[in-house]
Amino acid sequence: MKFTLSWLREHLETDASLDQILERLTMVGLEVEKVTDRAAGLESFIVARVAEARPHPDADRLRVCTVETGSETVEVVCGAPNARTGLVGVFAASGAYIPGTGITLKPTEIRGVASNGMLLSEREMGLSDDHDGIIDLPEDTPIGEAAVTVMGLDDPIIEIAITPNRGDCLGVRGIARDLAASGLGTLKPLDATPVPGAFASPINVHLEFDAQTADACPYFIGRYVRGVKNGDSPQWLKDKLLAIGLRPISALVDITNLLTFDLGRPLHVFDASKVTGDIRPRLARAGETLAALDGKTYTLDETMTVIADDGGAEGLGGVIGGEAAGCTEKTTDVFIEAAYFDPIRTATTGRKLNVMSDARFRFERGVDPAFLVDGMEIASRLIIELCGGEASEIVIAGTEPDWRRDITLRAERVRSLGGVDVAADEIARILTALGFAARPTDEGFSIAIPSWRDDIVGEACLVEEVVRIYGYDKIKAVPLLNPEPLPAPAFAPVLRRRSAARRLLAGRGLVEAVTYSFLGAADAALFGEIPEAVKLVNPISADLDVMRPSLLPNLIAAAARNSARGLTGISLFEVGPVFAGDKPEDQSTVAAAIRCGTTGPRHWSAGSRPWDAYDAKADAEAVLADLGVSVERLLTTTDAPAWYHPGRSGVLRQGLKNQLARFGEIHPRILNRMGAEGPIVAIEVFLDNMAPPKARKSTARPNLNLPAFQKVERDFAFVADADVAAGAVVAAARTADKTLITEVRVFDVFSGGSLQADQKSIAITVVLQPTDRTMTDREIEDVAARIIGNVADKTGAALRS
Amino acid sequence: MDDLDTLRDELMAAVAGTSDSAGLEQVRVSALGKKGRITAMMKTLGGMEPDARKAAGQALNVLKDEIAEAIEARKQDLDDSGLEARLAEERIDVTLSSRPQPEGRIHPISQTLDEIIAILGEMGLTVADGPDIEDDWHNFTALNIPPDHPARQEHDTFYLPGETDGERMVLRTHTSPVQIRTMQAGEPPFRIIVPGRTYRCDYDATHSPMFHQVEGLVIDEATHMGHLKGCLIEFCRAFFDMDDLPVRFRPSYFPFTEPSAEVDIGCTRADGEFRIGHGDDWLEILGCGMVNPNVLKNCGIDPDKYQGFAFGIGVERMAMLKYGIPDLRTFYESDLRWLRHYGFAALDQPSMVGGLNR
Repeated sequence: MKFTLSWLREHLETDASLDQILERLTMVGLEVEKVTDRAAGLESFIVARVAEARPHPDADRLRVCTVETGSETVEVVCGAPNARTGLVGVFAASGAYIPGTGITLKPTEIRGVASNGMLLSEREMGLSDDHDGIIDLPEDTPIGEAAVTVMGLDDPIIEIAITPNRGDCLGVRGIARDLAASGLGTLKPLDATPVPGAFASPINVHLEFDAQTADACPYFIGRYVRGVKNGDSPQWLKDKLLAIGLRPISALVDITNLLTFDLGRPLHVFDASKVTGDIRPRLARAGETLAALDGKTYTLDETMTVIADDGGAEGLGGVIGGEAAGCTEKTTDVFIEAAYFDPIRTATTGRKLNVMSDARFRFERGVDPAFLVDGMEIASRLIIELCGGEASEIVIAGTEPDWRRDITLRAERVRSLGGVDVAADEIARILTALGFAARPTDEGFSIAIPSWRDDIVGEACLVEEVVRIYGYDKIKAVPLLNPEPLPAPAFAPVLRRRSAARRLLAGRGLVEAVTYSFLGAADAALFGEIPEAVKLVNPISADLDVMRPSLLPNLIAAAARNSARGLTGISLFEVGPVFAGDKPEDQSTVAAAIRCGTTGPRHWSAGSRPWDAYDAKADAEAVLADLGVSVERLLTTTDAPAWYHPGRSGVLRQGLKNQLARFGEIHPRILNRMGAEGPIVAIEVFLDNMAPPKARKSTARPNLNLPAFQKVERDFAFVADADVAAGAVVAAARTADKTLITEVRVFDVFSGGSLQADQKSIAITVVLQPTDRTMTDREIEDVAARIIGNVADKTGAALRS
Repeated sequence: MDDLDTLRDELMAAVAGTSDSAGLEQVRVSALGKKGRITAMMKTLGGMEPDARKAAGQALNVLKDEIAEAIEARKQDLDDSGLEARLAEERIDVTLSSRPQPEGRIHPISQTLDEIIAILGEMGLTVADGPDIEDDWHNFTALNIPPDHPARQEHDTFYLPGETDGERMVLRTHTSPVQIRTMQAGEPPFRIIVPGRTYRCDYDATHSPMFHQVEGLVIDEATHMGHLKGCLIEFCRAFFDMDDLPVRFRPSYFPFTEPSAEVDIGCTRADGEFRIGHGDDWLEILGCGMVNPNVLKNCGIDPDKYQGFAFGIGVERMAMLKYGIPDLRTFYESDLRWLRHYGFAALDQPSMVGGLNR
């Protein structure tokens, strides 16, 4: 919402400075977005008269002008085609800075003739691109005056943001009312003296809605004005509209725009000669079309309100007028419309047809339903003043919607909710100044809500009105004390996992990425089937159109982008949501990581090697261990999904059902499809799959029982079939004696050499830890025999001879 | 006795003349060994008169000890110089670079979230969580934004095809629906913070289709706007690490709060440089207000008994302001150079005790 300072002062009697007004606007909730001081830098330019313009002796296109500035007479060489004797223009003296050209003037000689100053064009003043000639002011403009004053430029343009609840401030008068209530002056009375009707309107209005849809347009008034002459608006009206960025069109149209921005009352003016029969506001017929004033033709449906005549739709109620019955310079008789349109229907219509207009903006935020007649009188008077003519009696259809209601305001609520003590009489003063009527009651007040404040629906709204005008800055800040002496941990254990996983992975040298929760369907489909339910109806682009089933595609794409920039050492992770469907239980939190290429850059100390699935497994196990999982008890299965390398990937499970993590190389085909260079190893850790930590009875650790006896380490090398899993050998060895054997470690795996082609060797170290005495050789041999036997039974592997 | 002096001189010279441990051993054997010269002289003591034997024995023992000591000292010298020679050979080029250790990073969004939570956690707020895919009722209607409310247009909502209980599914446009879920599931009082992803169908230099918010909600029987101011002023000053940071509350509008406010912090743009703190300008950083009674009612909470405040903080914006990150879109590009530059070390876990700022 834009207006000028002088425009505001038409409604607000105030001594306040511009800065005070700006500060107060913001502090009552009308946030100042921008102030344009059009006079800045132009203050030194003055009105001057060309006493004589004569040809330059040495240049055909130049003139030598004798310029009277009011205080002196100077010679100026000027190249403008309109420089002529008697012209009143804008003069810049030597030393002045010319904003349009960026030049500071100094006395000079142009082709041998001295020139002391400059007569300015609009472009040189920085006002427009017009450089066809110098500024040509009316001849009676007082010489020596500041140019910005006579040109109306010393009137700053103020632009404020209006929140959706404040439709009443979409007219300058509403803004003035708020400022007056805040103590910054007084609201001037509004003159809405009726214009007497000289005749009965030849056009009548019939509201043609059924009972269910009568609220679409419950109230419509019209007036016929005959004998008008539609031409250019006077300069004051043009200046006003231009200042707020509107293009003056014709007096009739400009008057409706003025009412819209001055009083928040949109109007429409029909050329009465183009109206067929009477005006019939009704719902549109499906498929009915309207050629609108914006040059477009809209196809309407039966939810939209049209202003029709006997011939068809002439306008879209509350949104935009029709071309056919619009006013032109030939218009002589007009029919003025002031109506109330339902906010929701207006908003829906505008959205469906994608039309934004100043009228729609106001109707959908709620215009004052009690200001139709006054608005009509003010508009009629302006039309008659500017365009002549004679007004008819007012035609009224329907009735004013019932806006009257009272809300109780308990006096103590301003303190108990708003947190500030405001005296009862001040509460009453503020509300009264805002147009409310405050009647004292036993509880506090019964407040009658003014017609223009449909946003006020409850006591809290009234508290806000009082406190915002009284001043949020007067609310004393009270510490929000923690109810307990010490705060509880902010994270519940399950939620803490996310930040723990982040810190752990970053500690392992991975860099955290945050990527979008959506991605392109083609990439997503590489990571499982995408249910319809997670496909966005209105994606921002085709490559961001489904909710992600996995974190990996975004990470792989990020790796490819980084790699394309020539970066190496790409190890990325993300902790965030994935989506299996659109229900809350379909969302889960995953910590995923990828490592690309080799373990490090080339370095003098040692060679690097490609990251492999075991590095990924270590990452996954580290995250799980950090989150309290006993990693050594997990099962590793080889059924990772299809986006992993089928032979170099695994799943870490707690029991057979519960997947805690997946790890491995990404399938080369997937990388190829995504344009990423391999190999890439990855993990996905499912943070929600771990059982919630059990409530512990005590924070004490179990007793530390340090064994008093030497441990014994024995190595065994087995020859097994190539497809025997090392994990099976380890598990079999372990079961040989569950108390004595504390650790089984694979320290060597190889194939080839003297082994047969389908065999491999697996060498393990077994740690035996006796607890009550030193083991005898015999006992050790017994355990060893059991280990060999168990491994042979479970895996078919034999001790290597 | 002259014999002994001569012998001492000879042996001392021999010890001093050795250049390695083998030579030294030869000298030791020649003096103190079974057939050594001192040992031989010891053997002659048996044939002497008792008095002479005593005197000669003492003298010989003194000599023996002296020589043994000299050999030991010489041995130490030889060992030391041997070690030094070995160490000199073991010299490495310490100007070579150390073995590379990949350095991980925490994303500035995560770091900023942790900072925000660390501060608000001190005030007794605990973290709550809710789904990113919401239904229309939780995201809008329950928050006092009815279907045709103009505020909905400002939300630029992403829609999904499904429904829950006849309500259209959307990507949550703010973290506020978690207020609703929390209040529906529990009993007052409430003190929660909700960090999370939010989505708006908008993309340009200052808008991302996904961004992060932290929602705050405090509901009890007595919390009023004074507490709201107290909470957020303290928060802003702690977050920006500026005890006297100017903080301003001005009226605004949100359907889910009444009264509503926007919070500005002081800043200056003097000399073309932007700085947070005392200055001639204000910068909007968050929205807040007293929870609208309709919202409480929608969650089955009696608005005549309970009241409180809610606020929403834009995490990226806070991170940009605090850490001078110029462009919103770069947060999600996963450019390693950016992540390494703006990211944080793994162990820089912010806390009120350990500090919030690195």
